[in-house]
Amino acid sequence: MTGREGQSEHPNHRAAGGEGVASGREAAGGGAGWKPAPQDSPRGQGEGKRPRRSGWARAGERVIEGVIRTSGVSAVLFVLAIFFFVFREAAPVLFGGEHFKLLPFLFSVEWYPTSASNVRYGTLALTVGTFSVTALAMVLAVPFGLGAAVFVSEFCGPRLKETLKVVIELLAAIPSVVWGFIGLTVMSRLIVHFTGAPVGVNLLNGGIILALMSVPIIVSIGEDALKAVPDSYREAGLALGATRWQLVYRVLLPAARNGLLAAVLLGVGRAVGETMAVLMATGHAVNLPLGVFDSVRTLTANVAAELGEAPAGSDHYRVLFLTGVLLFSLTFVVNLVADLVIRGWRRK
Amino acid sequence: MNAPVRIEVRDLRLAYGTREALHGVSFDVHAHEILGIIGPAQAGKTSLLRCLNRTIDFTADARMTGSVKVDGVDVRQVKDVFGLRRKIGMVAPLPVGLPLSIYDNVAFAPRCAGLRRRDELEALVERCLRQAALWDEVKDRLHTLGTRLSGGQQQRLTIARALSHQPEILCLDEFSIAIDPVTTMRIEEVLKELRRTVTILLVTNLTQQARRLADRTLFLWKGELVELDRTEVIFSEHPRERRTYEYVNGMVG
Ligand SMILES: Nc1ncnc2c1ncn2[C@@H]1O[C@H](COP(=O)(O)OP(=O)(O)OP(=O)(O)O)[C@@H](O)[C@H]1O
Ligand SMILES: [Mg+2]
Repeated sequence: MTGREGQSEHPNHRAAGGEGVASGREAAGGGAGWKPAPQDSPRGQGEGKRPRRSGWARAGERVIEGVIRTSGVSAVLFVLAIFFFVFREAAPVLFGGEHFKLLPFLFSVEWYPTSASNVRYGTLALTVGTFSVTALAMVLAVPFGLGAAVFVSEFCGPRLKETLKVVIELLAAIPSVVWGFIGLTVMSRLIVHFTGAPVGVNLLNGGIILALMSVPIIVSIGEDALKAVPDSYREAGLALGATRWQLVYRVLLPAARNGLLAAVLLGVGRAVGETMAVLMATGHAVNLPLGVFDSVRTLTANVAAELGEAPAGSDHYRVLFLTGVLLFSLTFVVNLVADLVIRGWRRK
Repeated sequence: MNAPVRIEVRDLRLAYGTREALHGVSFDVHAHEILGIIGPAQAGKTSLLRCLNRTIDFTADARMTGSVKVDGVDVRQVKDVFGLRRKIGMVAPLPVGLPLSIYDNVAFAPRCAGLRRRDELEALVERCLRQAALWDEVKDRLHTLGTRLSGGQQQRLTIARALSHQPEILCLDEFSIAIDPVTTMRIEEVLKELRRTVTILLVTNLTQQARRLADRTLFLWKGELVELDRTEVIFSEHPRERRTYEYVNGMVG
């Protein structure tokens, strides 16, 4: 194959030779000036020399592909399994609990799971508690976290940057119970001292503690998102006469917005899911908060505090699992909404 | 030529780390002329342009000596480097569409300069896109992402963008490498017209493009200015330097 006259680059030469692959069409074109380019020669030449991959290489690739696929699928399976097992514990009370009805569960503020005379399972106050603490935490953490991310990635020098990143990682590594301590002692005293509130463990305290816990996540993920914006965008923007600040809000924030939103969502996730710190910092009182100085209780803290006391298999026990399902659904909705928002942006 | 001098380059040396890319280049650019800059790859053409608007600052290890004066002011002494960059429009050889809509891409620089009025912005965007021969293709989808355009369209988008801040000096670095010949001709016509208001530096690998457009042509070779003369002379049978003749006629490169 390799020795064939296909190697000759001159089409006339091929036509004249007239052997092998020289087609009738080409021969018919014969003596006239223009000739179609030889169509089979580049491939014909390549085929003989193209390196063959060994069977091992191909088998190995298939194995790796399988492993990757399995881990991808199993991630989904795990989530479904968690949901399934939590739901299974909760199902009996949902479909026939003695004192349980779905609407009061969702929309009543009366949570008296151990009352002797009249058991009531209303989680509205807990849901509102979770949302209000999270919202307050995000109001504090998002501007601060994103601002810090922008500063670390765009404005500060390399030395300061390294230092800040180490500090931020350190902050992220503090266990939540330590944050709870800080809330219970330092923060609560500060709040009483500066605001004159009667108790220091309240919505504000929990919000601040959660904000401090989510800021490191928002900063490090946000910084990664900004770092992923190609430098060519920065140069193009600056070459057009943008100042550094104009560059940030006209180019970098739009370019990195998906990553930044992911950073915020991870922060929200941390705040919604956090248990120990809010249990200690918010005062743990079932209460619809009217202001930031009211004590609240969150869904997570409630489960953590009561599951140990509830007899396994009792209605109370199952309702707590149902609370877990509720929490799961709420985070799912939050993520879904965020996802839709991103899609909406993309379509534009 | 007695038009006023816009850009005055004196003994410009530029080193990336320890490697010198420009070995002392001196020339003037006059108002309202098109100066063609030709030279083989690696000659330092792009580096030269990047010194003018100080985008060379983005390369950390680049060191520049000598002087580059724009309108009599040394670019390294200007206080308002953003103003300097707005005065000089720059089209890079590889188009970098900002991740914004077509409209926002073109409106970017005017907005940075403080233009807020919607109607003025819209008129400006339309004019720049027309000048870059892009308006007809994108007028119905101004609010889609600029990065979704084809390569040649993105290149023209960067041209529109470079015109958007109404620069007094326009630097084009191989603007036509991704653009088809017919559109290139249309843009070249626009450039000829722009010459009345703008001073143009045209870096090009297509020597014929310099021949068509440039009033004077500068031949750069390995970081050295070989010859700068009226375009007719450079492309004649008898330029001053033998190397010029050989490059222009494709004998060296
Ligand atoms: N960022 C950089 N860092 C280091 N060296 C660089 C950098 N940019 C350019 N150079 C070097 O400077 C010299 C001139 O490059 P320049 O890009 O100015 O050439 P050019 O004339 O524009 O070439 P081309 O026609 O290929 O675009 C080259 O030797 C190149 O390797
Ligand atoms: Mg170049």
